Amino acid sequence: MNIAVCIKRVPDTGTRIRIAETGDGVETDGVKYVMGPYDEFAVEAALQLAEAAEGGEVALLAYGPPATQEALRSGLAMGAHRAVLLAGEPTMDGWATARTLAAELSGWEADLVLFGVKAVDSDQQQVGPMVAELLGRPCATAVSSMDVSEGVATCRRVVEGGREVVEMTLPAAATITKGQYEPRYASLRGIMAAKRKPLEQKAAKEAAVELVVEALEYPPPRPPGRILGEGPAAAAELVRLLREEDKAI
Amino acid sequence: MTARFEGIDFYDVDALLSEEERMVRDTVRSWVEDRVLPVIGKAYVDRRFPKELIPEIGELGMLGANLPEEYGCAGLGNVAYGLIMQELERGDSGIRSFASVQGALVMYPIHAFGSEEQRAEWLPKLAAGEKIGCFGLTEPDYGSNPAGMITTARRRDGGWVLNGAKMWITNGSMADVAVVWAQTGQAGDARGIRGFVVPTNAPGFSARDQKGKLSLLASDTSELVLEDVELPDSALMPGSSGLRSPLMCLTQARYGIAWGAVGAAMACFHEAARYAGERVMFDGPIAGKQIQQVRIADMLTSITQGQLLCLRLGRLKDESKMTPQQVSLAKRANVDMACNVAREARRLLGANGILAEYSAMRHMANLESVYTYEGTHDIHSLVLGQAVTGLAAF
Repeated sequence: MNIAVCIKRVPDTGTRIRIAETGDGVETDGVKYVMGPYDEFAVEAALQLAEAAEGGEVALLAYGPPATQEALRSGLAMGAHRAVLLAGEPTMDGWATARTLAAELSGWEADLVLFGVKAVDSDQQQVGPMVAELLGRPCATAVSSMDVSEGVATCRRVVEGGREVVEMTLPAAATITKGQYEPRYASLRGIMAAKRKPLEQKAAKEAAVELVVEALEYPPPRPPGRILGEGPAAAAELVRLLREEDKAI
Repeated sequence: MTARFEGIDFYDVDALLSEEERMVRDTVRSWVEDRVLPVIGKAYVDRRFPKELIPEIGELGMLGANLPEEYGCAGLGNVAYGLIMQELERGDSGIRSFASVQGALVMYPIHAFGSEEQRAEWLPKLAAGEKIGCFGLTEPDYGSNPAGMITTARRRDGGWVLNGAKMWITNGSMADVAVVWAQTGQAGDARGIRGFVVPTNAPGFSARDQKGKLSLLASDTSELVLEDVELPDSALMPGSSGLRSPLMCLTQARYGIAWGAVGAAMACFHEAARYAGERVMFDGPIAGKQIQQVRIADMLTSITQGQLLCLRLGRLKDESKMTPQQVSLAKRANVDMACNVAREARRLLGANGILAEYSAMRHMANLESVYTYEGTHDIHSLVLGQAVTGLAAF
């Protein structure tokens, strides 16, 4: 079974985001980049599926600046077999990104194309389903676990108040969320092996951008805390506020 | 309790590392964050080495990581190896000691001095963490002067018989195999010292846990007793030749210690800087008080110096240009630095600093052992004194 996993290079989740002076992007100086955390779940899912199938190839695909190689190498160190980097400058236009990726993937023979459920920088959750549409494949989203048997992928999704099981005939696509997947550590032997695995870089055939970000703003400052009183006398009011204002309980 | 650790890197030392070295460092850093930090405080108080971590340490390839891949090792460069030690000791000196001993004092000599049979038998299992090793050189009465050791190896029926005792042996009680150094010639003859690969289930071999420690509590420290331990001729490491051989092992281990000390210091600095920002006294965080800022500046400066020292030493080692005296300088300087950082961090933390909930006092107590083991601070001073003056003072 051949599995393609699309990954994105994103700022480390611990990064303190600063808006750039231009006002329509973020400051990139001094930002540490990593593979998207949800993409790591997708890589883990792909590796587990390939292991269960006792064969097949896990290939990584990314669209981004040349430095995205580092994120691809970490996926190779986890155990993926090869990687392709479409060098370019992705924007916030998920539709353009999806068309760029689909143009490449249409030449691949992948039984499954997996994505993280979302990229933690843009948080749009668009690219996976859009690529599936462009490739004419069924797509299950926010999959928490899946397996494949006799050409059918069985995907489990956590939905409000329960669990949903969906089946898709291969070739198919899916976006993966945390669920049962705990990304493996890249072993040190894996890191050494990753150096020898193929990582192809080519210029992306970038699709035209039709969506642009106009402005970014910081969230409003948090309102100061309130002291309701002291001791048991304050408890009733605290419960009322938690229930009626914050709807926390 | 703590935020995800991003390292201390005031001088952008990261830019001097290769992508692979950073990946190795980040993998071990995440592993320590996820697996060691949540359990180490309690293990320390319970005086227990967290053995349950060994399979993962092996699986990830942290044992003998700079030895070749053909024996199941990771085949990393020496800077990557050093970064592993740094990150492990950010967890605890006991965890780093475990890996140092297994890699530099057991796997290294078997690789460097052992027969092909000894390598093939032990290295893959030691790399995987399936077998544990210890190193017996120091004796109750011979620490800084190992040439005088009283443990003997005598010929009998084509094999060897070992008698003696070894002290302060990390991993001693849990080891499956011991690399034991013994005198095959006249007492005091440095050339007569040879190394043996001794299975710990050999009749006459026993290990006793060292009681009463106030440092390295999350580490197995033991005493070994060898009483008429009969070994076949094949137990001798054929390449071992005199005291020089165990000293070569110690150079490897000390190299890792120089890096490890930086990790312990980073842990203390990170904790102290964070605490200073949160702890309010006299209507403001203590981070805004001049006395704490001096502490923080001193810690930052010495950690940065230690980092650069290690990195240069590692590059020299990769070029096979590193000298034992350079290792002495780095071990001496960095462990002393880490002792000071840990103590100042503990003081900055005030009364909270004595609790196991924080790491500073644990590191501070550990580092007192690190200061003394693998060549005491004082002996390394004399090594450097000799290197400069040409006069031996020991």
